[in-house]
Amino acid sequence: MIDMTDRRIINALQGGFPVGERPYAEAAKGLGLSEEELIGRLGALIDRGVLSRFGPMYNADRIGGAVCLCAMSAPAEKFEDVSARVNAHREVAHNYERAHQLNMWFVLASDSQQRLDEVVREIEEETNSKVLAFPKLAEFFVGLRIEA
Amino acid sequence: MSETPIDRVDRAIIRATQAGLPLVPFPYHQVAAEVGTSPDDVMRRMRRMLEAGMIRRIGAVPNHYALGLVANAMTVWDVDDEAIGEYGPRVGALEFVSHCYHRPRRLPEWPYNLFVMVHGRHRAEIDDKVQCIAAMLGKACRRSDILLSKRILKKSGLRLSA
Repeated sequence: MIDMTDRRIINALQGGFPVGERPYAEAAKGLGLSEEELIGRLGALIDRGVLSRFGPMYNADRIGGAVCLCAMSAPAEKFEDVSARVNAHREVAHNYERAHQLNMWFVLASDSQQRLDEVVREIEEETNSKVLAFPKLAEFFVGLRIEA
Repeated sequence: MSETPIDRVDRAIIRATQAGLPLVPFPYHQVAAEVGTSPDDVMRRMRRMLEAGMIRRIGAVPNHYALGLVANAMTVWDVDDEAIGEYGPRVGALEFVSHCYHRPRRLPEWPYNLFVMVHGRHRAEIDDKVQCIAAMLGKACRRSDILLSKRILKKSGLRLSA
């Protein structure tokens, strides 16, 4: 379980962490905590999996990366096999099973669009299934405003 | 798509921090030591990347499952092409939406062009939120669907080799 102080930390620090000499001390001041306590609690929240990580969130396509959402329809009897083949590619950042005819949705990330196109072709050959690519045309919002 | 060039040192900073900032009193000093530059240079470059939108934000990245948001749905909408530029930002501004994108239709199997990720504590909460989006889109939306997540098959985050 997380206590009230953990909640305040999570709610206050989902962005805006300072870039400065002693940023944890600076952020801790606003929360009425010591630098040591904030660092300790952040470490514990990460260890317990409440936070995935603490730090900068990079925007892949602004730093020269290529990202694309893809979907495929994997037959039920071959689902685990298809999943293993898809996940074996290091370019697959995450992959979700979803309740739909298109039942497998994954995100590819790489250094170049050319490599993404190659991976799509490789997956199609390895799984004998069609991959639908959904590159983003416009981004209206990205962020997680989670109330802990 | 990338307009602002980044150099070798920027890429080294990205590599050193994409999994997280060191949990020490002087984190940017530690990054500087790893990268082989001065702390001031690291801080100057990270501020520039923030201003340029290369860094979206710096802070805590919550695991929404661990915080009880176990229901997540990719909601998809077939919105008039002329209207999507107006409605997209409004849907994205709803507090329960985590991602909102315009993506291509793939006809005939896929008629949807607005992708909206919605998180909630249970299915009923998702349905309420979907109703709210539907009301906002009104006649600009011809049809929609909800793709509930059944299972995470892989989640390693973006690891750019940079």
